[in-house]
Amino acid sequence: MQELAQQVVSGLASGSIYASMALALVLIYRSMNVINFAQGEMAMFTTFIAWQLVQQGLPLWAAFTATIAVAFVGAVLLERIVIRPVERAGPLTIVIVTLGLLITFNGLAGLFWGYVIKSFPSPFPAAPINIGGVAFSSQDVGIILVSLASLGVISLFFAKTKLGLAMRAAALYPAASQVLGIRVSWMLALGWGLSAVVGAISGMMVAPVVFLDPNMMQGIVVYAFAAAVLGGVESPLGAVVGGLILGVLLNLLGTYVEFVGTDLRLAVAFAIIVAVLLIRPAGLFGRVSVARV
Amino acid sequence: MRLRADRNLAVAIVAIVIALLPFIVPSFSTFELTYVGAYAIAILGLIVLTGMNGQISLGHGAFLAVGGYVVAILAHRFGLSFWLSIPIAAIVSGIVGIGLGFVALRLEGVYLALATFSLAVATPSILKRFGDLTGGVMGIVLPPVAAPKVLAGVLTPVQWFYYVTWAFAGVLFLVTARFLGGRVGRSLRALRDNEIAAVSFGVNPHFYKTLAFGWSAAFAGIAGALIAIPTAYVSPDSYSSLLSITLLIGAVLGGIDTMWGALAGGVMIEFLPLWVQKINNAAPSVVYGVALILVMLVMPGGIAGTLLRLVQRRPPAPGDAVLRRTEPTRAVEQ
Amino acid sequence: MFISSKQLIGSVAAAFALVLTSGATSPLVAQSVPGVTATEVVLGGLHPCSGPASAYCTIGKGAAAYFAYVNDKGGVNGRKITYKDLDDAYSPPQAMQLARQLVEQDHVFAMFNTLGTPSNTAIRPYLNQNQVPQLYVATGATTWAHDSSQYPWTIGWQPDYQSEAIIYARNLLKVAPNAKIGVIYQNDDYGKDYLAGLHKGLGPKSSLIVKEVSYETTDPDVSSQIGQLKASGADTFFIFATPKFALQSLVIAAQQSWHPTIYLNNVSANDVVMKGATEKGGATATAGVISVGYLKDPLDPRWANDSGLALFKQIMAKYAPGVDTSNLFYMYGCGAAYTMVDTLQKAGRDLTRQKLMDAAIHLNEANNPFVMPGIVVQTTPSNHFPITQEQLAKYDNGRFVPFGSIIDARPIIASESK
Repeated sequence: MQELAQQVVSGLASGSIYASMALALVLIYRSMNVINFAQGEMAMFTTFIAWQLVQQGLPLWAAFTATIAVAFVGAVLLERIVIRPVERAGPLTIVIVTLGLLITFNGLAGLFWGYVIKSFPSPFPAAPINIGGVAFSSQDVGIILVSLASLGVISLFFAKTKLGLAMRAAALYPAASQVLGIRVSWMLALGWGLSAVVGAISGMMVAPVVFLDPNMMQGIVVYAFAAAVLGGVESPLGAVVGGLILGVLLNLLGTYVEFVGTDLRLAVAFAIIVAVLLIRPAGLFGRVSVARV
Repeated sequence: MRLRADRNLAVAIVAIVIALLPFIVPSFSTFELTYVGAYAIAILGLIVLTGMNGQISLGHGAFLAVGGYVVAILAHRFGLSFWLSIPIAAIVSGIVGIGLGFVALRLEGVYLALATFSLAVATPSILKRFGDLTGGVMGIVLPPVAAPKVLAGVLTPVQWFYYVTWAFAGVLFLVTARFLGGRVGRSLRALRDNEIAAVSFGVNPHFYKTLAFGWSAAFAGIAGALIAIPTAYVSPDSYSSLLSITLLIGAVLGGIDTMWGALAGGVMIEFLPLWVQKINNAAPSVVYGVALILVMLVMPGGIAGTLLRLVQRRPPAPGDAVLRRTEPTRAVEQ
Repeated sequence: MFISSKQLIGSVAAAFALVLTSGATSPLVAQSVPGVTATEVVLGGLHPCSGPASAYCTIGKGAAAYFAYVNDKGGVNGRKITYKDLDDAYSPPQAMQLARQLVEQDHVFAMFNTLGTPSNTAIRPYLNQNQVPQLYVATGATTWAHDSSQYPWTIGWQPDYQSEAIIYARNLLKVAPNAKIGVIYQNDDYGKDYLAGLHKGLGPKSSLIVKEVSYETTDPDVSSQIGQLKASGADTFFIFATPKFALQSLVIAAQQSWHPTIYLNNVSANDVVMKGATEKGGATATAGVISVGYLKDPLDPRWANDSGLALFKQIMAKYAPGVDTSNLFYMYGCGAAYTMVDTLQKAGRDLTRQKLMDAAIHLNEANNPFVMPGIVVQTTPSNHFPITQEQLAKYDNGRFVPFGSIIDARPIIASESK
């Protein structure tokens, strides 16, 4: 019983990692209907920037804030320089360009910071919390809270602010938005910037747990894809809930289903992606508006 | 008809060059060019699937794994000669591909890219899991290639397998050209460019899309076999997600709209990592990534596409739905 | 053993060439040996510098730095070493092609320190068939030594994973014969070799193992695995992992209030891991962790005044400026390169591949400055494990404190052989 509780709690903690990354993926999908395969590497790269700033003696919160600013500006520039020229190209071109970014950022991080794992400071207290023999860290709680907070801010931003509404309009009805005077192209760049911010936050939350190296995000990003699909790739709420469900599900399958064990988790993630897309392509929380054949 | 004559001439010249190369270049280059042939076959499959039919696969490494492991297991367990095991590899891989093709019917564009990408990432762990069959983490060592006794004095084993690979490539190119030039090709392209219109003209989308997947998977299976045999070793590490990514990148760099792209793409996959190392030994992947992005920005048709356009002095063909977005709504923006 | 026609032609031609050159006045018989001239000897290497295993790239850079240092001091027997180290991205097919390129185009004299069990398994038959020495491969699998009768041109360098695990098992049986053991291992050749060694070392007492769990390098974290181990009731924890996952294991075990006796494999028992785990999991996360060592960890205060470490720092500062010298992989590269240079030296002025192999199986190197004092890099024609001695150490108050004498796993492996 205690083991079950521990696995569920650990699952929620891992799930919060997937959730925070899934949130970034969903944001970019919402703003331009593409999947950014470099999302994880961009998050990793910005986390390294934060690490560097801390090494230079900046207080943690100052480094966080500066990194978020760098992530936003960097991603907007990246969109202007690299994505905009292929904006009207088909999905394949954008997939390839984001794969190019993935390879580049991974290589750059290795070049600048090497492959030795780095310990990343946590803003939360280190002492573990122990309730009835079930243990978790305050970092785990912190990741969930920060993800929920990001979710709240994002939802408010899209629902209540003029800019947020304009961004959604630009993604859904680019032509009509243009007529209404929305600068659609800039809205896309903003979408990149925002998702990079969420990615940077995710990276800085995750790094204290999984430790920082250039390959930090490579495993996480597949689970984040699965979480996003499970929750509905257009729904920020779905991304968070999908991530948490996925985390718990993988732990329970890994612990109690002999066949899955700890080594078929990726295959389970793949199976979930396929199953959800086949049975309910809009995911748990998405609107059923996905193009279907 | 000028164009067709030109094309036939070009094909003949390329075939002759390929046939003569082993006697001109050193043995190790012949060995490398064998891989070019195998990669070209895999990319040819991707050109059918992605270029002609618009389905993006980031998981073709999985089919290479199927092909490689089928040949390795059959050789290791039953001592089967590769003449028999390569066709079996194609069939098994093709069946797996058709299975995945059914799933792909429900997925479009980025969704399919996503699903196949997760397959690519999961492939090594699946190979490790069924270790009784696959040899687990240690993989399977294959016997070395030997030329048949009749040719023993004429060809080295390396030259021999070069010709085997390129013979496969030649036949598969001709078969593909024949099908793509006919009704099958027209149906695939019609589905890619405008599915609703194609269906209303009586093209069965389920049949053709699944066919494209099975076709391309079978080709990838053959390629996987042709890579495993000269390497003489298969292991889960041979089939990381990087392989799948590299294949699609090779296809796009080569030119995914034309069969010539397979040739150019095979050369790219084989030699680009070497060139890149020469440019910057410290961070080869940075050069690789940046070069890839630049090519996409400057010549989205890939190498073969761009060359063809230069040679034929004509504007790009319209309606390449995979490379150019077709929704009119997107194109309004300044 | 059959010989291909090409080889036959090749050897006939070589013999013919030998006859021709020996008649000439020039004493340069070495001309007929690939990769060797009067002033140069060319070595080839493979390390992954792109792809998932890029962390190991630095080993090649460490070795290259040492060779550069040796060259500046006049080289080996008057020859400068050219080290052609290529990136195989940890992919066996790529390794196979690059090995052929190095042998057939670049005409390397020998391969040195090619990395990874998969890549080395792929290229071993080819190199042996062509009688190219495959020296001091950077992997701790046992096959390099155990299969030396089939592949006589291949030899490892570092202690093999199995004998390391055997050393732990023996220590455990001595101090806690009724332990309940939980194991976490990486699901690949590396982790499984350790696991196999643990089983061998425990022998009939293998039933002490109550739970074995694996992880994939793609797993984000190992909290689920640690939860399973804790629930199994294990009181002894074996970690056979790469640094990242070892670090996570230590921290998560502490966070889940699980405080077993911990054995940590050598690859991960470095300062980065131990400091990180202490910082995140508290002092209890690392107190009493047992491991073995054979290299001098640059961050270990024990070597603060050591001349070998001073040499290492001097070499790195001059020939690989700006790199993070706390990375133990550089030390590894230098250590292996030292043995390579030593071997070239012993092989003599008239270098041949056969002489090099002879030297490689008659090593007796007690003074490798990058290896812990007391450890002798040693081989004989019947023993192809260069390093088999390791020092047990226990983590206490911020550093590994050696205990007991240096343990030689040689007798254990010898009995395990075949």
